[in-house]
Amino acid sequence: MIAFFQDPTVQIAFWGLVKIVVILFVMLGIVAYLTFFERKIAGHIQSRPGPNLVGPWGLFQPFADILKLFLKEEFIPARANKILFHIAPILAVTPALTSFAVVPIGPNFIVTDVNVGLLVFLAMSSLGVYALALAGWSSNNKYALLGGLRSAAQMISYELALGLSTIGVILLAGSLSLVDIVHAQSGTLPFGPLALPRWFVFTQPVAFVIFLICAFAETNRAPFDLPEGESELVGGFHTEYSSMKWAMFFLGEYMNMLTISSITVTLFLGGWNGPWLPESLQFLWFFGKLFALIFLFMWVRWTFPRLRYDQLMAFGWKVLLPIALLNVLATGAAVYWVGNR
Amino acid sequence: MRSETMTLNMGPQHPATHGVLRVAVELDGETIVRAQPIVGYLHTGMEKQAEYKTYTQSIPQTDRMDYLAPMSNNLAFCLGVEKLLGIGPPPRALHARVLLTELTRLASHLVWVGTHAMDIGAMSMFFYTFREREQILGMYDQVCGARMTASYFRVGGLAMDLPVDFLERVSRFLDTMPGHFAEYEKLLTGNPIWLARTKGVALLSKRDAIALGVTGPVLRAAGVKWDLRKSMPYAGYDQYDFEVPVGEHGDAFDRYLVRLEEMRQAVRICRQAIVKLREIGPGDYRLRDYKYVLPPKEDVKTSMEALIHHFKIVAHGFFPPVGEAYQAIEAPKGELGFYFVSDGTPKPWRMKVRSPSFTNLQALDTMARGGLVADIITAIGTLDIVLGEVDR
Repeated sequence: MIAFFQDPTVQIAFWGLVKIVVILFVMLGIVAYLTFFERKIAGHIQSRPGPNLVGPWGLFQPFADILKLFLKEEFIPARANKILFHIAPILAVTPALTSFAVVPIGPNFIVTDVNVGLLVFLAMSSLGVYALALAGWSSNNKYALLGGLRSAAQMISYELALGLSTIGVILLAGSLSLVDIVHAQSGTLPFGPLALPRWFVFTQPVAFVIFLICAFAETNRAPFDLPEGESELVGGFHTEYSSMKWAMFFLGEYMNMLTISSITVTLFLGGWNGPWLPESLQFLWFFGKLFALIFLFMWVRWTFPRLRYDQLMAFGWKVLLPIALLNVLATGAAVYWVGNR
Repeated sequence: MRSETMTLNMGPQHPATHGVLRVAVELDGETIVRAQPIVGYLHTGMEKQAEYKTYTQSIPQTDRMDYLAPMSNNLAFCLGVEKLLGIGPPPRALHARVLLTELTRLASHLVWVGTHAMDIGAMSMFFYTFREREQILGMYDQVCGARMTASYFRVGGLAMDLPVDFLERVSRFLDTMPGHFAEYEKLLTGNPIWLARTKGVALLSKRDAIALGVTGPVLRAAGVKWDLRKSMPYAGYDQYDFEVPVGEHGDAFDRYLVRLEEMRQAVRICRQAIVKLREIGPGDYRLRDYKYVLPPKEDVKTSMEALIHHFKIVAHGFFPPVGEAYQAIEAPKGELGFYFVSDGTPKPWRMKVRSPSFTNLQALDTMARGGLVADIITAIGTLDIVLGEVDR
């Protein structure tokens, strides 16, 4: 028995599993509480208290919500495509969870350091569109169909600018592995009398802004929440969903927000890098930056109106994509010039 | 390639149709080919019911027409009946009515800004404007005991006198409003997304607006300076000093600006009304014409004649002369008119309401055609309709 556990293959598999379970449950817990933060922040912005009755300061609200959703009736519309109707919510959650595997949380705190980590993330985030498009199509509802169509068009057009904006970072870091990208951001950058941290947000500010805007569009958050478009399309792609299936879409949305925020932190904000803390506690920096970004997501949602579908597409193709391309060119030229000097 | 349009049934249950409006939208992709509003889901037969009630009994009905502006409806109804009877209220009641209808305009426009912004996706605006509207509802509560179904105006004056500290409360509230307007403007007026969503959207030209019989802020935003308070003054509005804001382009953004400016002007009128009421001081709040108006309660207890009048009016209602009368006012949403035909009995032979929401709704198709699905939501929002008034 002991010999079996001392086998290195088993060791790797066992510790891998432990890491997966820990990260999975930590993330699911964070997602559950993100809904609570969202409602608290919304309440604060809208000058009302927000949930405050279930448990101390309303802290048990997420559990009450989940319990309520489990007890709700599951409704499937007549003549809906049943198989796809079931698959869509699963597709909404799984890719977002999967892409978290490549996110380096701390120096030794990562499920797996894939050498093409960034590509894994991009691939997984493009899978998310299937959930929305299929949900919209399979519901046999016109609002849902319009929502599905919108999401497909929106996510495809923003994926391009998103992908292009990461190229600048890849050029500077010289690697697709997210761990290497974080390592490339350690240390400081002389900036006149000051010393800035060597985060890519300072060397790639344009890419950062583009990535952030695309992140909003990718996660279907306001001001780009067109696939749901509550006031226009009732519920958009999830109009016909109820009970836990509906909750899965929301789980997916918050999961996506968490994933894309952590990728933003990794690519542009130096990941776990930060002063003062010992190496074993550096993951706290990661979470600090992560929550600051998530707060930004929520703040924007409760402040801005929603863009219109055609304006959104025009912005993606006519503004973001050319700027992202120019940024790639400029970065490439700069890297070449510095390398050959 | 063969292509066909899709008909989308929007409503009567839809988050952005402001009640039970149903719109049959013909779509080509997301572009609107035709938008046909279908009304009648909130029909309560108020006009017909009025034929079975005395004039005074119909006042509570009017609260429920445009339930966001109950006092305006009360005013239009009472002015119509007063025209039929050939009487008018005493000065204290006159200016109290102006004060309260302008507060109503403020409340109605506040709801409009909030809900319209919410339709376009700016959720939080709704809470800010409702916070201020809540104050106005509190004032309603103070004057008449009801927050929304006021029924405060009576033929010949008011149901009861204004409470003692009411004017102080209103002027305290009015002092806070300019700050709040600045807040709304900060969130919306310069916001690029708000501009993109409202500028050039839901266009209605001057010509179309007049041809469709559109009134109120929608007409004024199209560039027509037509405000009944100025054009055909009623209820003492000719004694007030205020501006009528006019738009240029007739798009959703101009309507927003016009309504915002109207709120500022409403504050201005309210301030003047408070000054006038303070000058007049305490006095009669109801006409002393006991054929038509209830005598004061203290007289009923001491004077035989007053008691008889009281009994007659309560038992039968008053008897207007045979004839007809039409009186329109500039309600928050447009021209609100009441038309009465009297056969000399205490009940109207016919009552017809010319409601601004119903007439303005006609413009929906013209506004929405050629736009996208999101634009029809803007168009419905910018018309500022209340279904209680559309269907009556």
